[in-house]
Amino acid sequence: MKPDFPQESLITEDCCATSKPLCEGSPANPGGDAGDPCCGGPPQESFITGNCGATLKSACDCLPADPTGDTDEVCCGGPPPPKTSPYDKPGYRVQRFVAEFIGTAVGPVPRIHSQWGVADRFGTILTRLGVGRHDYRVAPGIYSVGHPDAEAPVVVTANFKLTFDTVRRDLNGRDLWLLVLDTHGINVWCAAGKGTFSTREVISRVNTSGLAHLVQHRKLILPQLCATGVSGRDVKKGCDFEVVWGPIRSKDIVPFLDQGMTADDTMRRVTFSFMERLVLIPVELSYLPKPTLWVLLAAFIISGIGPSIFSIQGALLRGGMAMAAYLVGVIAGAALVPALLPYLPGRAFSVKGAITGVVAGAVVALFFSWHTNGWGMVGLILWSTAISSYLAMNFTGSTPFTSPSGVEKEMRRAIPIQAASALAAVAVWITSGFIA
Amino acid sequence: MKEFRYLPDVTTLKLDRELCIGCGICHLVCPHGVFEPDGNVMEIVDLNGCMECGACSHNCPVDAISVNPGVGCASLIINTWLKDKRITKSSGGGCCC
Repeated sequence: MKPDFPQESLITEDCCATSKPLCEGSPANPGGDAGDPCCGGPPQESFITGNCGATLKSACDCLPADPTGDTDEVCCGGPPPPKTSPYDKPGYRVQRFVAEFIGTAVGPVPRIHSQWGVADRFGTILTRLGVGRHDYRVAPGIYSVGHPDAEAPVVVTANFKLTFDTVRRDLNGRDLWLLVLDTHGINVWCAAGKGTFSTREVISRVNTSGLAHLVQHRKLILPQLCATGVSGRDVKKGCDFEVVWGPIRSKDIVPFLDQGMTADDTMRRVTFSFMERLVLIPVELSYLPKPTLWVLLAAFIISGIGPSIFSIQGALLRGGMAMAAYLVGVIAGAALVPALLPYLPGRAFSVKGAITGVVAGAVVALFFSWHTNGWGMVGLILWSTAISSYLAMNFTGSTPFTSPSGVEKEMRRAIPIQAASALAAVAVWITSGFIA
Repeated sequence: MKEFRYLPDVTTLKLDRELCIGCGICHLVCPHGVFEPDGNVMEIVDLNGCMECGACSHNCPVDAISVNPGVGCASLIINTWLKDKRITKSSGGGCCC
């Protein structure tokens, strides 16, 4: 990966190229900050490393004669790994998705590639599991995809890395500028709802990135779903760039551009396919470990109550049954409802969850029918149903079609019933402990 | 998204056809195809498809659209209720937002 920074036609800081030749293969100032080492007089020998410092000698006899490491001669073990990226600066590390930095009128701009490495895949999986989800982001600013020129389109997106990775993958083979906003690491739609993907952020990022010096045209392609937080008219007033409403999904950006920046109806409608629902399930489940510990504690205490005031054996056996009902309730509400969403009867999510919860609870009750009585079986079903209904209702926040008015209406009806069902489950369960 | 329908007749969405100039931006930004052109103005063709995201009203140049925008998320609403009662809670449940 040889940087071609000095050769780029858009470079402006040409003092380096003319008066003081660069070290071969090393950019003048890849990080792009103010201190330009080759313009400010002779460099200090003692700090020189890498292939600029050809005179630097090591005291160790077993090191390669050529300190740049370009030789196959090694002392111990295999050959050394590649040397540090010429773009790295103290305190900074160049991201793996950056292929190189290109010189532009506004300074070096990272050119990103479309491939996903192991770290990207691993990061995606962890984020989908809910691990580190709130701090999975890239630095906001201007990036280049391919080799864009002054006429190349400008696509705007969020700095949630899952979003960023999807966009760069889907833009493979295109030449354009990618303006990444600081949405605080939140995806486009949620960021627009939360106010971080906002008119103000678009304007300020356009201005701070110097986009007007980079492109001749005055158009920004914004993702349609940011329209909740961005007013096209106000962006135009604030930075003189016209907003073109791009498609919802990044995979449609390329067809959108090919059709002369027009989107057909399918590009403008949200979908909620089986796979789109399935990938949300782990995050739904990731919220539960902490409340589960409290349920566990409560289940064992309540289950131990009986004729002998408290029975350890009862706590373990009956507590285990209560936890089994809880776990199937969790699966019924947080996994089955998302997976089977369009096939479950009812509009309200709490109703869908109650249906899966009754079925799942009944399975558990039948499974334990030799270990408990009729009261106990009813208690297990009520418990599973309440849990499932509540968790299904919470899935409303992850769907792209529930209105706040609707959710509030549903909750005002459902929560009292869910609470009553859970309390009834506890009462019936305690009763069954005395009858057994 | 006709296959996914939430509670009907609850949306706060309203379009004032007297003010509408038929520019069609609402049609562009709506993720549910609620608006369609009708002569020189727009009309609401699928009111119950509305999820009250507010994209249309936020971008209407003549303020012809009114909606009480928000996020249809149960745990967010629970947190808001708790906050109204001055009970603080760290974070909600299964909500992306």
